[in-house]
Amino acid sequence: MAARRPSGGLLTACCIAAGLVLLPLGVTVWNAADAGGQVAAALLWRPLTGFLLFNTLRLIACAVISTGLIGTGLAWAVERTDLKGKRGWSVLAVVPLAIPPFITSYAWVSLSPGLENFWGALLVVTVAYYPLVYLPVAAALREMDPALEETARSLGLDRANMFFRIILPQLRPALLGGVLLVALDVLVEFGAFALLRYRTFTTAIYGAFRAGFSGAEPALLSMILLLLCIACLTAEFFVRGGARYGRLARGARRRAASYPLGRWQWPAQAALFTWAALTIGVPVGMILYWLGQPGDVATAPVAATFGAVVSAAWTSVSLGAAGAAVTMVLALPLGVLAARYQGWLVTALERAAYLAQSIPGIVVALALVSLTVHALRPLYESTPLLVAAYSVLFLPLALVSVRAALTQAQPALEEAGKSLGLGRMAVLLRVSLPLAAPGLGAAAALVFISVTTELTATLLLAPIGTQTLATQIWADTSTLAFAGAAPYAAAMAAMSMAASWLLAGKFGAASVFAPVRPA
Amino acid sequence: MKVWLPTMVVAFGLVTGAAQAQTLTIYNAQHEQVVGMLTAIFTKETGIKVQVHTGEGPDIASQILQEGGDSPADVFFTENSPELILLDEKGLLAPVDPTTLAKVPGKYSAADGDWLGVLARENVLDFNVSMISESTLPASLMDLGKPEWVGKIGIAPSDADFLPLVSAVIQTEGKPAALAWLNGLKTNAKIYEDDESVVAAVARGDVAVGVVNNYYWARLETDLGPQKIDSAVYHFKHGDIGGLINISGAAVLKSSKNQAAAQKFLAFLVSHEAQVALGQSDVDFEYPLAPGVAPNKLLTPFAVLQPPSISVSKLGDDQDAGALLQQAGLI
Repeated sequence: MAARRPSGGLLTACCIAAGLVLLPLGVTVWNAADAGGQVAAALLWRPLTGFLLFNTLRLIACAVISTGLIGTGLAWAVERTDLKGKRGWSVLAVVPLAIPPFITSYAWVSLSPGLENFWGALLVVTVAYYPLVYLPVAAALREMDPALEETARSLGLDRANMFFRIILPQLRPALLGGVLLVALDVLVEFGAFALLRYRTFTTAIYGAFRAGFSGAEPALLSMILLLLCIACLTAEFFVRGGARYGRLARGARRRAASYPLGRWQWPAQAALFTWAALTIGVPVGMILYWLGQPGDVATAPVAATFGAVVSAAWTSVSLGAAGAAVTMVLALPLGVLAARYQGWLVTALERAAYLAQSIPGIVVALALVSLTVHALRPLYESTPLLVAAYSVLFLPLALVSVRAALTQAQPALEEAGKSLGLGRMAVLLRVSLPLAAPGLGAAAALVFISVTTELTATLLLAPIGTQTLATQIWADTSTLAFAGAAPYAAAMAAMSMAASWLLAGKFGAASVFAPVRPA
Repeated sequence: MKVWLPTMVVAFGLVTGAAQAQTLTIYNAQHEQVVGMLTAIFTKETGIKVQVHTGEGPDIASQILQEGGDSPADVFFTENSPELILLDEKGLLAPVDPTTLAKVPGKYSAADGDWLGVLARENVLDFNVSMISESTLPASLMDLGKPEWVGKIGIAPSDADFLPLVSAVIQTEGKPAALAWLNGLKTNAKIYEDDESVVAAVARGDVAVGVVNNYYWARLETDLGPQKIDSAVYHFKHGDIGGLINISGAAVLKSSKNQAAAQKFLAFLVSHEAQVALGQSDVDFEYPLAPGVAPNKLLTPFAVLQPPSISVSKLGDDQDAGALLQQAGLI
């Protein structure tokens, strides 16, 4: 295997994909460097930067704690106790993943404007992102070898000690990986915070873009955000790649130990019910409530007629389809390369693609605007540019699934095809792709969902007159016209939840989650 | 792939096709619902299709600056005159038809005739009636920088409407006094993202008073109903700078390839029909500038106001105001 060399065509395709990902990064660095030392110092060394750092880091620190506690607690209750109705609770626990954070934010801010502060932001972030901790921790708890716990108990450890000395250390990789993903998502989130009027780097970059279009200031703020993101992604990479608590014996598996809740059964049920009400009840309930309210023309920038909602939904779906198609075209060669070949170039190209996960949507969009407004003018404010932005943003998401699917398709079958006289292309089209088809379908569906719920890049790059569900929700909610936004929000939430439901039913809950894990 | 490719082609066609038809492109920094109502009537009457790109005033102005000579925009319609003045200084605007200019009092349009005044708004102090009594409200906007107002004020320095107010203070009081005033506000005020948030904050009792345009109070009143709103509007009098009038205006871009249609749209904006529609609707809460047209019934009659006597051209282009706000650490 190692001796085989990738063809020139494959390498070229991979270089194009990786280059596309690196392009916004390069443009941002260029724009920031263009400002010059003095201007940069004046723009960065002011109270606002410190304020944003404090706001952003404080939120991340608290969100890491809150999602860590809640995600772990929930996973423990569902996986390791005799909780009644486990199956139902385990489904409800991951439903919030299918609700875009800015829809959750819309629901909460329309419930009470008093949430326009740090605590509101923390609430929304916790409610929206705790599944990122719950899923890996639940999986780790499920897979844990009961022998360790039995030994510990036989040596006289009580329950509390057992948890902190035996279970928690084993959970560490899953828990840390989960909370770092939460941190990364908090860093790149824009819509949820903009609606809550909570200022972080993303909202400040958007503000700077509004005030000065593509000047030095947004690029400089982007650089700080990028550094924070890359730090998170690097930490996540080491946590996942490093510590691992494997079973020594891979033989017959025993179920992980289960602990009786006893008199805590009903308090636990009540807590889970409350949590489901907060995470699913409030978003769905508020949308339904506002659907029943008359939309006031005075306050709604975007009137919600049936035709307008259908037309916006259709635009979102079209963009989703185009985005998924282009992303898959870019991800396929990279997936083939990563699954079938080895070497430093292979690793470098794959890592470059994964780097996109640390580039926030607002930075990608801003870089593409400043690149096309002067050079590459025909692409300015065009649909192809918007689709290119989507494929940069969601390439890592697709690549994880594509690579996994191709790895599972046995190379032996490809070699059989080759020995029967098929060329490289024919082997790919007639053997590899059909074998990997379900996984590729899942990847395309994931990208499709992500594009239809994407707000930031859409807001900055959508051609004049293009109205998607996301832009319409934004137009109404940013002026507090909640009733006007409700039909659009309902359409988006329904689409996202239905698509996620189909995907999870076919490939398991983890397929919706798809954590990025560089090989 | 076999399914995706045609879908992609169809999607590209649909999304780009709509943008390529011969239409008037408006870069809009007015409220979307206002422009939506106006363009609907305009298209119905003239048959000219309109597409709208909406954003905040300073955002759109700098976008047009960056796009330069081949901006896709035909018309720029905005809430505040300084953005129009900025584009005029850069030589990007075409002269407005004299007959159109003649429809509104000359002092509300550009002295060189390159942009048109359409509507006016008044700066006011919004106050929560159960938190503070009207008799204790300040005589001047400048008083809000004093220590006795700490914790009681809400402002939105990043809203496009705040910039002209700062420009006016710079013009009348000078830069050092303006900076001292802004520093005072920074200590005293709670910062909100936009005027919508400020009126909402005053209504729910977050802060006792808020610096906003009269538009936002009237809109909240219309939205919530008179029984539910716990706030009212206080007018600065005797020509105090706090009662500054902001002008909503429009201009035709020099680079526009649809000059005739663009001029037609500007003429429509100040036509009797459009101005009456704006005054009567529950969509806009600004003063129509055409003589004899009544504003929304929630607004105090224009003749009763006692605004400062600072002209729109003296207000300038916002650049100093933005720099000063940055210096004070408010944006």
